[in-house]
Amino acid sequence: MQSAIPVLSLSIWLPIIGGLFVLASGDKVPGISRWTALGFSILTFLISLLLWTGFESDTAQMQFVEHATWIPGINAWYYLGVDGISMPLIVLTTFITILVVIAGWEVIQYKPSQYLAAFLMMEGVMIGVFSALDAVLFYVFWEAMLIPMFIIIGVWGGPNRVYATIKFFLYTFFGSVFMLVALIYMYFKSGSYSILDFQQLPLSLTEQVWIFLAFLAAFAVKVPMWPVHTWLPDAHVEAPTGGSVILAAIMLKIGGYGFLRFSLPITPDASATLDWLIIAMSLIAVVYIGFVALVQQDMKKLIAYSSIAHMGFVTLGFFIVFAIFNRPEAVGGAVLGMAGGMVQMVSHGFISAAMFLCVGVLYDRLHSREISTYGGVIHTMPVFGALMVFFAMANAGLPGTSGFVGEFMVILASFQADFWYAFLAATTLILGAAYTLWMVKRVVYGPVTSDQVAGLRDANGRELLVLGTLAVAVVALGVWPEPLVEVMDASIQHLAQHIAVSKLAAAPAAVAALP
Amino acid sequence: MENIYLTIVLAPLLGSIVAGFFGGRIGRAGAHWVTILGVGLSCLLSLYVLKGFVDGSLPVFDGAVYTWMVSGGIQFEIGFLVDQLTALMMAVVTFVSLMVHIYTIGYMADDEHNWPKGSLAGKNSYQRFFSYISLFTFSMLMLVMSNNFLQLFFGWEAVGLVSYLLIGFWSVRETAIFANLKAFLVNRVGDFGFILGIAAVAMYFHSLDYREVFALAPQLANVQIQVWGDTSWSLMTTIGVLLFIGAMGKSAQVPLHVWLPDSMEGPTPISALIHAATMVTAGIFMVARMSPLYELSETALSFIMVIGATTAFFMGLIGLVQNDIKRVVAYSTLSQLGYMITALGASAYAAGIFHLMTHAFFKALLFLAAGSVIIAMHHDQDIRNMGGLRKYLPITWITFLLGSLALIGFPGFSGFFSKDAIIEAVHLSQVGGSGYASILLTLGVFVTALYSFRLYFLVFHGQERMDEHTRHHLHETPAVVWVPLVLLAIPSVFIGWLSVEAVLFGDWFKGVILVAPHHDVLAQMGAGYHGQAGFVLHGMLALPFWLAMGGLALAWYIYMVNPAIAAYLMVRFGTLYRILDGKYGFDQMNMALFAGGSRGLGKLFWKTGDQQLIDGTLINGSAQGVGWIAERLRTIQTGYLYHYAIAMILGLVVLLTVFVTF
Repeated sequence: MQSAIPVLSLSIWLPIIGGLFVLASGDKVPGISRWTALGFSILTFLISLLLWTGFESDTAQMQFVEHATWIPGINAWYYLGVDGISMPLIVLTTFITILVVIAGWEVIQYKPSQYLAAFLMMEGVMIGVFSALDAVLFYVFWEAMLIPMFIIIGVWGGPNRVYATIKFFLYTFFGSVFMLVALIYMYFKSGSYSILDFQQLPLSLTEQVWIFLAFLAAFAVKVPMWPVHTWLPDAHVEAPTGGSVILAAIMLKIGGYGFLRFSLPITPDASATLDWLIIAMSLIAVVYIGFVALVQQDMKKLIAYSSIAHMGFVTLGFFIVFAIFNRPEAVGGAVLGMAGGMVQMVSHGFISAAMFLCVGVLYDRLHSREISTYGGVIHTMPVFGALMVFFAMANAGLPGTSGFVGEFMVILASFQADFWYAFLAATTLILGAAYTLWMVKRVVYGPVTSDQVAGLRDANGRELLVLGTLAVAVVALGVWPEPLVEVMDASIQHLAQHIAVSKLAAAPAAVAALP
Repeated sequence: MENIYLTIVLAPLLGSIVAGFFGGRIGRAGAHWVTILGVGLSCLLSLYVLKGFVDGSLPVFDGAVYTWMVSGGIQFEIGFLVDQLTALMMAVVTFVSLMVHIYTIGYMADDEHNWPKGSLAGKNSYQRFFSYISLFTFSMLMLVMSNNFLQLFFGWEAVGLVSYLLIGFWSVRETAIFANLKAFLVNRVGDFGFILGIAAVAMYFHSLDYREVFALAPQLANVQIQVWGDTSWSLMTTIGVLLFIGAMGKSAQVPLHVWLPDSMEGPTPISALIHAATMVTAGIFMVARMSPLYELSETALSFIMVIGATTAFFMGLIGLVQNDIKRVVAYSTLSQLGYMITALGASAYAAGIFHLMTHAFFKALLFLAAGSVIIAMHHDQDIRNMGGLRKYLPITWITFLLGSLALIGFPGFSGFFSKDAIIEAVHLSQVGGSGYASILLTLGVFVTALYSFRLYFLVFHGQERMDEHTRHHLHETPAVVWVPLVLLAIPSVFIGWLSVEAVLFGDWFKGVILVAPHHDVLAQMGAGYHGQAGFVLHGMLALPFWLAMGGLALAWYIYMVNPAIAAYLMVRFGTLYRILDGKYGFDQMNMALFAGGSRGLGKLFWKTGDQQLIDGTLINGSAQGVGWIAERLRTIQTGYLYHYAIAMILGLVVLLTVFVTF
């Protein structure tokens, strides 16, 4: 489906151009760069809403497709399009970016125009990742994403930012070079860089396993999955609040998106063969990381670990499908699991953003992320305290908030795969509540512990606007997830049907055809 | 009709939102009026619905409100099922809640004293309290009126949330915020089982709608599920036990009971509302609602019965040694919940629900009366400092006495009918474990009477042990406090007599609660039932009555006639006393094993797993490895031309050799 106006191109390039404008406006009058950045982010959000309103949810076809010559020499195209899997993530990106711009309003005093420009460019690049249907284009966006984040952490980060940025960069870059090799290999096999062609490409099991592992290296680091997760707590701790928000709310989702767009449809047989590996890594993320989160003394680290545990649900939901296929009595669990993973990604986008913003609110006042610095915050910041308790409850998966929906769907689905998967996954009910609420107990409740806390001032209008908006989103998705589930449904059903069919039947002929 | 049901649910929610978000603007009176009007409307309409079911003018309602989502072929709905069971629960919940709302006006009037000076959280605490208890009413109504497992779980967790907020209401107190975290986590342990039970239902029934699940249940009665290798469990037992683990959390059954006594850290009105009359009854309600499933698994019923009876007896014993007025009543609640659970295990669901109803009235009464005493005593809760209060608090005294008589099952009082029915039903039951349960429940009657009247005598009779200042200020509490006591005392006395026939032996629950014919102990009892008077006479000839009188007499002897004996018994049975005083060591074990163990495990994973193994060895290790290799390799780069020439020649030779030989 070709679209009349290039909505996707606009969503990608508008913020990037906006970023250049902001950069050019300089820091002499900070108001100009702030308002320009806000204007561009809101405009981008409005344009991305066209994707939602114009979306046809009864088809799994790519929509808003744009197809133009790019690098004819290697047959790489400027090929964009969205389906029910990528569209919600793009809207999430544009939504969160507005909040990040507002959240950094007065907080960032050092070179604010460059800070805001980095986020706007980041936004465009991330939308590019979600909408690219050409593997070269995807790869370019994918790597380009590292640069603004590298700068954001490296320039506006905390004292240990150099170690964190190097770790972040090397970790993620290490993973993605393997992906590049896999993409080039498939180009040689198919003569095309179209991701949709890759999905139809017949591959032998050995080829699939290698390609699968290459993708795994890239996506597992991004998600991040245990045991390649250790860059995340460091990056979060050093990143400025806005950086943490984008990192947690959007960048992690790109790993999850990669599994749905590449690993599962391109290498379904390898996914089926190695699903135990991903399931094991996911369950370890839920249980092991849950325990690790419990003992954190630094609020940002705690939330970072909680992110890893929640993302474990995403990958679990995606990879239990094969076990469900093998059980005739299980019906519909595959779709439920994958949709659950998707809902969990969107919901985590809201909740982790809110949690990091909450820590940011406290950090801006006392310049400490240590839990022990606080205590009794509710007495001086009652409105903020109430919001923080609310988001903590959402993080613990309370029904009625978005945090519940994805976890509920994945637990229901994983029961259909194996009782013990569900058993381990459901421990999050206890662990998630334990680490989140224990933090809340020590930070928000109790008597006022120090003069610093006694001198705190409640959240201001700007902070309340950001947190309040997220609270509304969390409740809306929790009370009525159908609109989101509905737009994804056709694409996810299509994906489930696609991966249920082995590629191996067609593969030997293809191998023979090779020179 | 749907509009009426929606109003019943949404009126308290609206009140809660208004009082919560605009509490500062509408002020104290505005907050209590808006919430009382909301809950009052809810209560009136609930009574109207109940009346409709009593005179048969209302049909059972089962309908969806909206579709939450559709995924994986399952329709997740939000909707209501209103039948006789629901109507009864709605009436009880909204009535008790309304009484508590009114009472709270008096109890929380001076709440600013409970907050440190200058605390902004204490500024609108009065309004916030009303917002919470209204939110609780909404949650509980969502729970009981649900027609599906999803909404049931929503209500289930939402009451947990409100309970968390209310136990920790005085968030400046360390004990309160410890207790609320503990309550939430212990409930989550139960919910862990509950959600797995729901997942099992979703998998095998392909639906979460009660009607569809119950209709399909008989066909799946003999399904076995593979769990581990060749081990297989009966599907119905698995579902039954998993769901019941949830009930053990909410209804505070051993070993998940530990949160309930600590929940007394919250203000007294919520002890009455949440931790006696309603939230803790969610588990009982749920099992009764699921009777079509539970009837298919005798193993699950046995499990329920044994857990219930254990709780009923052993938690009652702890009540004997408590000195905090609210804690005595709290342990009594645990014990009574055990009775209800045991009744469910015996398939006497109606008796369990009946006891739930009578208990809701008299326990709310006892808690609120205890709260009245606490107000008069200036928030001293230690019964060793009380005594002789009947002179100063006549209305509280009489209502407390009526509540206590109902609790011990004095003939004619509401508790008599419900408790006697349970004991009789368990006695007749053939389910495994019924012998054990029967003995414990019968002995439990003695214990109940003993701790109840120990409390009663120590508080209202005997020597006045309070200090002069407190005595001087003792007086009956204001009307907003005592009027609810009187209004609760009326059903505490009469509701049993009025409804025993319909609820237990009539057809009130026909078609609502399903009992397999060979489990139907209430039908056997019904055969010998000839009116309330006969029931009372029959009860007075049976052992439980005499045990209750024995307990009462013993309490009178020990605490009125010969007080020295109490101290002597404490020393004489020192070990037993210490075991009871230590609450069988559950708290210590949980703190050491679960809290301490989790922290230890977390530290181990973090320090050893993440920091040493992954970061130390793999990540920084590989970085160092690269550095180490580079360090060695750079020595080759000498910069001398002849070194490079030699290397090139050697390389050429090696390559040529390889090509020639292969």
